[in-house]
Amino acid sequence: MDLTLRVWRQAGPDRPGAFEEYRAREISEDASFLEMLDVVNERLTLEGKEPITFDHDCREGICGTCGIMINGKPHGGQKGTATCQLHMRKFGNGDVIVVEPWRAAGFPVLKDLMVNRSAFDRIIEAGGYIGVDVGSAPEANLIPVPKAVSELAMDAAACIGCGACVAACPNNAAQLFTAAKVAHLNLLPQGQPERFARVEAMVDTMERFFGSCTNHGECEAACPKSISIDFIALLNKDYVRAKRINRAMVSRA
Amino acid sequence: MTTTQAPARRQYPWPIEFYRSAVGKKWVMGVTGIVLIGYLIFHTIGNLKIYLGAEEIDSYGEALRDLGGHLVPRTSLLWLMRGGLLVCAVLHIHSAATLTATNWKARSGRYHVRDYAVASYASRSMRATGVIVVFFLLFHLADLTWGVTPAASDVYARGAIYANMIASFERIPVAILYVIANLSLAPHLYHGTWSLFQSLGWNHPRFNQWRRYAAWAVTGFVVIGNLSVPIAVQLGYFD
Amino acid sequence: MQLDARIPGGPLADKWDAHRFALPLVAPPNRRRFEVIVVGTGLAGAGAAATLGELGYQVKVFTYNDSNRRAHSISAQGGINASKDYRNDGDSTHRLFYDTIKGGDYRSREANVYRLAQLSNEIIDQATAQGVPFAREYGGTLANRSFGGTQVARTFYARGQTGQQLLLGAYQALARQIHAGTVTSYTRCEMLEVVVVDGKAAGVVVRDMVTGEISSHSAHAVVLATGGYSNAYFLSTNAKACNVTAIWRAHRKGALFANPCFTQIHPTCIPASDEFQSKLTLMSESLRNDGRIWVPQAERETRHPRDIPEDQRDYFLERRYPAFGNLVPRDVASRAAKREVDAGKGVGSLHNGVYLDFAESLARLGHDVVTERYGNLFEMYERITGENPYEMPMRIYPAPHYTMGGLWVDYDLMTTVPGLYAIGEANFADHGANRLGASALMQGLADGYFILPTTVAGYLAGMLGKKPVPPSHPAFAAAEAEVKDRTNRLLAAKGSRTVDWFHRELGKIVWDECGMARTADGLRKAIADIPALQEEFHRDVRILGSGEDINQALERAGRVADFFELAQLMCRDALNREESCGGHFRVEHQTPDGEALRNDDEYAYVAAWGFDGPGVEPTLVKEHLEFENVELKTRSYK
Repeated sequence: MDLTLRVWRQAGPDRPGAFEEYRAREISEDASFLEMLDVVNERLTLEGKEPITFDHDCREGICGTCGIMINGKPHGGQKGTATCQLHMRKFGNGDVIVVEPWRAAGFPVLKDLMVNRSAFDRIIEAGGYIGVDVGSAPEANLIPVPKAVSELAMDAAACIGCGACVAACPNNAAQLFTAAKVAHLNLLPQGQPERFARVEAMVDTMERFFGSCTNHGECEAACPKSISIDFIALLNKDYVRAKRINRAMVSRA
Repeated sequence: MTTTQAPARRQYPWPIEFYRSAVGKKWVMGVTGIVLIGYLIFHTIGNLKIYLGAEEIDSYGEALRDLGGHLVPRTSLLWLMRGGLLVCAVLHIHSAATLTATNWKARSGRYHVRDYAVASYASRSMRATGVIVVFFLLFHLADLTWGVTPAASDVYARGAIYANMIASFERIPVAILYVIANLSLAPHLYHGTWSLFQSLGWNHPRFNQWRRYAAWAVTGFVVIGNLSVPIAVQLGYFD
Repeated sequence: MQLDARIPGGPLADKWDAHRFALPLVAPPNRRRFEVIVVGTGLAGAGAAATLGELGYQVKVFTYNDSNRRAHSISAQGGINASKDYRNDGDSTHRLFYDTIKGGDYRSREANVYRLAQLSNEIIDQATAQGVPFAREYGGTLANRSFGGTQVARTFYARGQTGQQLLLGAYQALARQIHAGTVTSYTRCEMLEVVVVDGKAAGVVVRDMVTGEISSHSAHAVVLATGGYSNAYFLSTNAKACNVTAIWRAHRKGALFANPCFTQIHPTCIPASDEFQSKLTLMSESLRNDGRIWVPQAERETRHPRDIPEDQRDYFLERRYPAFGNLVPRDVASRAAKREVDAGKGVGSLHNGVYLDFAESLARLGHDVVTERYGNLFEMYERITGENPYEMPMRIYPAPHYTMGGLWVDYDLMTTVPGLYAIGEANFADHGANRLGASALMQGLADGYFILPTTVAGYLAGMLGKKPVPPSHPAFAAAEAEVKDRTNRLLAAKGSRTVDWFHRELGKIVWDECGMARTADGLRKAIADIPALQEEFHRDVRILGSGEDINQALERAGRVADFFELAQLMCRDALNREESCGGHFRVEHQTPDGEALRNDDEYAYVAAWGFDGPGVEPTLVKEHLEFENVELKTRSYK
């Protein structure tokens, strides 16, 4: 199939960017979107033009490294699919495809389609863990977890940290990412001791980088793991309680 | 060996700290939203009394002013409620304005192509519809509460609710204004009602679908109820 | 050169305990005086860095990914083994040890494997405490499933995302230490050289992949946790960035490379669809529980599979291995599929796969049960191929997946360079010639959480009071200059072919001659062909842009350059090993009915290769394997 790509090219973080148009001829329908970009890059290189920079790694939808805005849809808009798993058969011959990086102040562009998502790491570092040193864990079956709770925690834990939720959000909020991690840990019995400290620290860190949730629901639709915005409600509830409970604990200490 | 530091403690009491966060502001918007929605429902019920005749609706106004009977000074409870509503409205608007500023700061350039999957017209127009509702509210107060012309009709008389409403709505531009304002209110009310459940963390797989139904019900009742009055006046129902 | 694995004496079950007691310790207040560099943030690297941070060491951790959460451990689907015996089905430390040794076709060290089996239970405890959402029974206790090569259910799993969840556990533990300040994290930072001073590891040289800056970092000890080298084949199930550079650089600086020819080919992957295929996707092995594997009896068959009558199909695994049928181990299943495809019976438009058919299961179990068991895998398959496995059999073909070989390490996981450690898939230690399913995660975490943090103290204790070699030492400047020189030469070639073209060509040679079936002639041919292609690569590669900012082609070129050197060593090792064992199948060494024929008398050793200079034939050092607790048997799945 023959395609026309309009790709955002930007030489560096503080450099201006612009769209460039490329023809992608004779692309296999069985190619993934990233393989199509590989082919375009090979040809650009042979033509003496710098190839398009884009983040990618596992190419099986689990590492969360890839992420491109394709025709105005994060990851191309196929339900539950990351960019690397999107295949060209979803496009038609002759299509014009607009390819842009994630756009958010919290995700500054590094080059072309590659952005810096380290704000996500800062959110996790603020409290997205259960503080248990190696060696101090009890026997695993000493902590029974109801199957339903474990499944729900797993639903939240499936997040791959790709940033599509932020890219999709008209406010560039990172609520779904943060809520998924908070829910994963706060639902489990192991996560209870740090529950309120965790949610307060993570939300406060999140708000240093990102906008606020106004419940559009775009994040859920864009999420390649279809993580539910129900977890955002849980985040909000725990945060409200945390502000009060953490204060009470401090005043008693 | 190592312990992780607790987040640095701040100086303010927790309600202020809470309000400083975006999640806290959304919670405040949710709570004030409930008060304002409650008021709207109550107000709509009151408005619909116009269909029962002048005496019914005028005495409804009188009852409001006389709330509390002889136990409290006359109109004191009404003013208390007005004060509460005013506080809620101010907080609601202040939260919205500051969150909007935050969100604009969180953006970096627009997408050249953006194709929304589920974000509705309602959710994306909250700011616009909110501003329209505020301006309408001022007009509405001038028209039927304060009786300030040219908002109010020439025949405005304090306490004569039935007559005031009909006189006001008989003016075609005013009737159109009321219709437009209520139509703007509809998406605001719909998204606001649904959204407050999320913001307050009221969520359960069993009743999640009812959040949407509740939003439709509230919006339908308030908007249809309120729209009916200027339309009925224009159609000559009260002649 | 003599190799001393420094395996402790005493009974097998007591070795690790005795060794831990014998190792010197570093007292808590002294730990912050020691600096340790960890390269790689997969299960082993993130686990080690976090644990060293918890213990109080000063740690620097490097990854070429944009976050510590992305290493390829994340793609492991199936699960992680542990001998908890929660199912009461007769499992034990000794049985896990035995299964792993046997699965590895008797080419691994007894002491290492036994320690791995001992630690397996603590890994589950640790991961559970971290909040890894393992599958549960209704009673709230942990669930298990069974996996290939074993007769007990000992695999713990988190849906089909066990690797992801375990890695997130390690990543979160690491994030906690970064927040606490014990660990400094360098993301998008690729290690390009190991620095050795006075025979000891002194630090690393890294390239900041965003700014292109080359910098030196020194420490008392360096830990490489940089994974495997399946991407030498170009097409593999590994992530695109997976590479051999870190351990190859260490190899060039004196670390012996062990068993490079031991690579694992996974039988159930989706076949390549065109020449631009960039990677292969693995489909969980569990599919073989209910799918039947077959090819048409006719060569170059073009009919739709549903139109091929039963009597014109060949269910070749069921025919050749009636006892195990479709559930034979990975290496056996892979080779059988290759034989059919090589005979011209491959299916699909490129005739490069075999059918994995669920028609019988759908009829027997019904649509709903099949969906419950494999629904997500079927969806994934359809997303990639556009074919619906409910209506049409899947097409599968083996693909390179894991490398058992790696840097030679002793019982302490130290390479032959003092102070330089290799953990996880980067070392050769525990899987012998073939790795059992659900054992990779176990080994990575055992190394990272438990073994390395203990053994590294034994090395550091002797350096108390000594500062690390400063990065101002001339050895660092020399290493930096070498890295810059390499980079500049790649950029200066300004040739006519892309990096990927060369990588693909290299991959074809390695796959054809050092893949599922190897011959002496083929290997000799590869050893002759690869240097020619390598020379052409350095002369004719085209990399645009500069080294001063993000340049993905340059990053890839550096990795491919090292794959060229590694590929030659893989072939040499395969040529040297005149036997068939595990993932290494030499066509000359097979039983009359085509099964692998081991040669325990002559080849029960670890082949550790030294580097003697570019283009110079490497030296082979043998570590003989002693088997005192298991009897060497021929595997049979008939």
